[in-house]
Parts: sequence; structure tokens; C-alpha cells
Amino acid sequence: MKSILEYLENSAERFPDKTAFADEEQECTFSVLKQDAQVIGSRLLEHGVIRRPVPVLMEKGVQTIKIMMGIVYAGGFYVMLDGTHPVRRLEQILDTLQAHRMIVSSENMEIARSLHFTGSLITPDELLQGEADEKGLKAIRDAQCDMDPLYVLFTSGSTGVPKGVVVSHRSVIDFMECFTDIFGIDSGDVIGNQAPWDFDVSVKDIYAGLKTGATVQIIPKTLFSFPMLLLDFLEERGVTNLTWAVSALCIVSTLNGLSYKVPASLKRVMFSGETMPIRHLNYWRKYLPEAMFVNLYGPTEITCNCTYYILDREFSPGEMLPIGRAFPNERVFLLDEDGREVTQPEQKGEICVSGTALALGYYNSPEQTQKAFVQNPLNLSHMELIYRTGDLGIYNSRGELCFASRKDSQIKHMGHRIELGEIECALEKVEGLVRGTCFFDQERNKIVCCYQGNLNRKQICAELGRLLPEYMIPNVFRQVETMPVTKNGKIDKKALQENYRTYKK
Amino acid sequence: MEILEEICPDVDFETEKALVDDKILSSFSILSIISEINDAFEVTLTPAEIIPANFNSAEALWDMICRLKG
Repeated sequence: MKSILEYLENSAERFPDKTAFADEEQECTFSVLKQDAQVIGSRLLEHGVIRRPVPVLMEKGVQTIKIMMGIVYAGGFYVMLDGTHPVRRLEQILDTLQAHRMIVSSENMEIARSLHFTGSLITPDELLQGEADEKGLKAIRDAQCDMDPLYVLFTSGSTGVPKGVVVSHRSVIDFMECFTDIFGIDSGDVIGNQAPWDFDVSVKDIYAGLKTGATVQIIPKTLFSFPMLLLDFLEERGVTNLTWAVSALCIVSTLNGLSYKVPASLKRVMFSGETMPIRHLNYWRKYLPEAMFVNLYGPTEITCNCTYYILDREFSPGEMLPIGRAFPNERVFLLDEDGREVTQPEQKGEICVSGTALALGYYNSPEQTQKAFVQNPLNLSHMELIYRTGDLGIYNSRGELCFASRKDSQIKHMGHRIELGEIECALEKVEGLVRGTCFFDQERNKIVCCYQGNLNRKQICAELGRLLPEYMIPNVFRQVETMPVTKNGKIDKKALQENYRTYKK
Repeated sequence: MEILEEICPDVDFETEKALVDDKILSSFSILSIISEINDAFEVTLTPAEIIPANFNSAEALWDMICRLKG
């Protein structure tokens, strides 16, 4: 197997009339998805997208999955963009990609036209016309290799420019072959898709559906603010499986949504993205005592997840939830600062991963790639790339791997992976602001910004809103007379944090 | 009103009457509003109150808070 399109084609063969994807307004069967994707792919042939990125500025939905598969049929790889992101950020991404075509929904056309993008804009309707060019598509497929890119996902970069993680067909196939079997996902499942499609969590929903023939129900984003509407949706659509960001599960528990309704068919809840707070986990388990709960761990760079832990015992708040064991065909281990393997319990080491799950690096960014994807220092005999996650892990007394903390200033906030450095870069661009820095208040789940300069919160937010997505904008602003500095002349973050803590009390 | 302006400085809460229906408030801001209301007024919004109709305008929000306090 060398292309994920084989998943789609097998399911179209086995379940031609079964619903593959459904959103609020429409749905499509596996056979229609395949046919339409082939038509789209055929129209894209003349645009010459073989092994080239094709940005897609569309909301997730039935039409969007057709476009994504169409791009793959044409030999290209898709890059999902979020139209609610600031223009500046979208432009940074497009500059990195150097794409010559972009597919844009009619709702997003105005945004697309306002971007400094010199390539041509294509609408989905233009592509969904005519017949499939079977000969043309076959030629593309014959020339394809499984190490060709399938998608690029952008994630926060500490230098102020988002990094594009390039993932191949091979990595997704490698992961999917284990993922659905281990957790028993099959054609009888109904997958409730929460994750936005420019997020790696969504890869599990999309390809688990395509592989097994399970239906993917795309949950409208707006429902996540309104628990009754959300739970009605899950119930009505018969959702059996949630593979959600931790923050999305926490929304439901925070708003006490399950007190209103527990969807009857729900049997599996999997979560990832950040550490699951035990209090919220226990809330879910109380309402769904029979369901399987799985903690999944892994950054985008190793394709979805590299470890899993199926909950087999009770946890009380304060206990550490294991991230468990490695998926088959992946090696997950800890390295200390001198590059030696850590095997003793309760000792910290950086979580490192090797295997075909590894991404192909960051798009058009060899320097960043070489920093994170390196030769395994334990292997001096032959080439073996590992990805250094920057996460610190420890083994507990049972030998289960647990996440401990970060090595750098990356944080997880509302399900998003954020480099504080990227926010600080944006702060530097705010006119009138002398100096600014930020840190994360884990306890209250807030990004705190300390700044020096004659500006108020409103002015800073307005400026940051042009540079950063909403979830990266600090929640608390504190103006300081002068920035405390360390001996080396750097901003003394520790002093600011201590000051903030005393002030809070 | 201060809470609302703190969370979304760009929105005109005096005049907007379809904050949710017209997608003026992001899901992110709605959640912030809920948590701030819970803290500031010492109430706990139940799922039955967290519906679009109660979040469409500053007035609707205020009415809901008064009902809960009353």
C-alpha cells in the first residue's frame, strides 16, 4: 500500500452507499466521495500540482474532504488554512509554501483576495465539473511513492514564523494500520469530529473513517459553546467515538453538559493535545462508566500520536496520568542532557521518537528541521533519524511513561500548541510598546503579558489581533514601570511571575 | 458590560442584537463570558441557560443574570 487513496477506494468498494462524511447541511457516500474526488483531481491535473503544496482556504465539511482527496488524486498535498486567522499569519504561511494555486470557498474569497498571494485562486465549483480522466489519474498514481507528502500542518514557531510540518502517505498509513485495530474502530462506528482540519488531531478522524468505512460526523464549531446543542447533535447523529482535544472535553465538563444528556451510543473517548486534568476525566468517566477512555500522546511531527494508554484504573486529582506505551513500529525513549538513554523510574529525560512515523521535516526550513530531526545519538553504526519532542518524560514505578514538563517555553492553551516566543515577537511589533514578555499561569489557564509602555490593553489587543490568532492573545495584561532584568540583561521572567503571584493573592 | 468589553474590545455591545447568530462572538469569547459571569455574579450557568438566545445581546445576558440572581 503506497497511497491513502487505497483506503478511500477500498471503502467505496465495500460500502458504496454508506455515508462517509456528513456536516450540518449535507452528506456524501463513499462512492460519491471517490467519484467527486477523482473529478476534482482530473481538473487539477492541468494546474500541475504534482508534489506541490495546494493551500485550501475552506471551512471543514463534506465539500472540503472532496477537495482534499482531489488534491491527492492530482499528486499534490493539501495545506488546510483557517480563514479566521489574521491576514499577516496567513501570508507568512503562503510565503513559506510558495504555492502557485490556492483553493478557496466562496465565503473566504474576500479574505483570499486581500492577501498578498500572487498565484491563482480556484473555487471548488470550478473543479467539480466534467468527467474523471482515468488515464491521467492512473499515470499520476503509478509515479507516486509512499514517501511523497500528503499534507502540511502549520504550528507555532518560536522565531515568530509558523513552521509547516510535512507528513507523508507512509507515516499516515503506518499509524492508521495500528490505530483502528488497537482501539477496535470499525465500520459500525460513527466518529464525531471535533478537531479543526488544520490540526493533526483531525487526521485520526478523517483516515479512521476512510480506512474502516465508519461515518465521520463533522460537528459545527459553534456547537462547542452550547452544550445542549452539542449533546443533541451527538445523540441525533448516533456518535460512538470521540477523538477530541482535551480542551474540548473540558468545555463539556466545565459547563456540566452531561447533566443534560449522555449520548446513548457513545462508547469510546480518546483525548490528546495536552495533559488531561483528572477532575475533568473523572467527570466523564462518572457519566460513561462503560466507555473506553484512552490518553493519546504525540506531537504533529511524529504523525498524530506515538504512545497510548487505555485507562485501566481509577485516578484521583494530583496523580499523574500515564501516556503509556509506544504504538507498534515506533520507538519512544528518553534521552538525558548528555545523550544517554534514561531507563530508571522517576528520572527525567527528553522524549524522543524514531520510526516511519517521523515527518519529513519543516517545509522550506532546513535549519529548523535539522535542529529537531537528528541522528539517534545511541546509534553510531547507521542512519537512524529521531525526532526530539522537547517534552520531558519520566517512567513511573509501574514502568509506564508519563509526561513531566516542557524543555522550552512552549505551552498548551485551549488545545493549541503555542510558542511564547511567537507572542513576544508580535509584541515587539506593537508601536509604542517599549518592552513586552509573557508567561503562562497554568493554574488559571491564562497567558499573562507584562509590558512597559504608555498603552492600554485595548490598544495592544487590537494590534496583536492583526498578527496572531485569537487563542494566542494574552488573557491578562500587566503594565510595569520598568522591566526587571537579570544579571545578563535579559528580562527577569521569574521576578515578574513572583510579582504576579503575590499580586493575585 | 465591563466584562464584555474586556473580553471583546472590538464589539459594540450597545447596539448588537445577534452576537451569536451573526457569529460576532467566537466560541472562545463565549466561554470566557460564561466563566466571567460565574465568577463575577457568583452564579453557575447550567446547560439549559447556555443557549444562543441568552447570548445574542448584552441585554439578554443581563436578563439571564437577573433571573438567576432573583
